[in-house]
Amino acid sequence: MLRVMYFASLREQLGCNSDYVEYIAGETLAQLAGRLANKHAGSPSDIQQSTTRCAVNQQVVELTVVPCDGDEIAFFPPVTGG
Amino acid sequence: MAMQSEPIFVSVQTHNFCLNEQQQALFKSCNANAEVGAVASFVGLVRAENNIMEVGRAHSGELRALYIEHYPAMTGPVLRRLCEQASEKWQLITCRVIHRVGTIPTGEQIVLVMVGAAHRAAAFAACEFIMDHLKTSAPFWKKAIFEHDEHWVAAKQTDQAKVEQWSD
Repeated sequence: MLRVMYFASLREQLGCNSDYVEYIAGETLAQLAGRLANKHAGSPSDIQQSTTRCAVNQQVVELTVVPCDGDEIAFFPPVTGG
Repeated sequence: MAMQSEPIFVSVQTHNFCLNEQQQALFKSCNANAEVGAVASFVGLVRAENNIMEVGRAHSGELRALYIEHYPAMTGPVLRRLCEQASEKWQLITCRVIHRVGTIPTGEQIVLVMVGAAHRAAAFAACEFIMDHLKTSAPFWKKAIFEHDEHWVAAKQTDQAKVEQWSD
C-alpha cells in the first residue's frame, strides 16, 4: 500500500488531501501519477503536468524513481514560500 | 524557553513573531560565545501587490491576504537542513528561521531568517543563501486572496535562477 498526499492546487483540483492506493512493484512515480489521474478521471488535474513535483518519504525525487511498498508519496506544484 | 536557546531554531507557526524578541532569543542562544560579531536578519512581508501572477495569467486587484499551505512532515526538516548547510558553509554560531502558515493579511510578516556569525560578510551571505533555498525547496504554497477572487501563486523563474547561482 502507498499513502499519496496532494498539496495546494493539486489538492483542490482532485478534491482530496490523500489516497491509499495499491502498491505495484516496479511502477515509477510517473506511472503512478497516470494511475492516480485515471482514479480521479472526473476531476481534471495537473498531476501529469511536467511542472508537478514529487516527494517520497519527504524527499524530493525525480518521477523516474520507483517507490517501495509503504512509502509516503506527495505530489505538488512548484513551491512558492518565503 | 529552552528550545529557543538552541544554536538552530526552526518554527512553522500561524501566529506572528516579534523581531525584537527573536533577536533577544538569538543573543541568548549564543550568550556564552564572544565570537559573534555580526547578526543579520531578513523579514519577508505580505506586500500590497496589485499584480500577482497566477499560473498562465496575471491577476489584477487589491490583495487582501495570503493563505499559506505547507507539508508539515517535510517543512521542518527542510528548513533545519538549510540552517545546517548555511551553518557549515559560513561557520555560523546561531541561526533561526520562522515561517508562518495559514491566512496572513497584507502588511504582516511571513518569514524571518536571522543568523549570528563572526563577521558581517558571512552573516549577510548566510541569510541570503537560506532565503534563496527556502523559496525554491521548502514545501510552502501561497494562495493570493482578493476581495472577490483567490488563486494559487505561480512559482517565479527568477527565484529558480537566483538559487542556481549558489551552485556556480
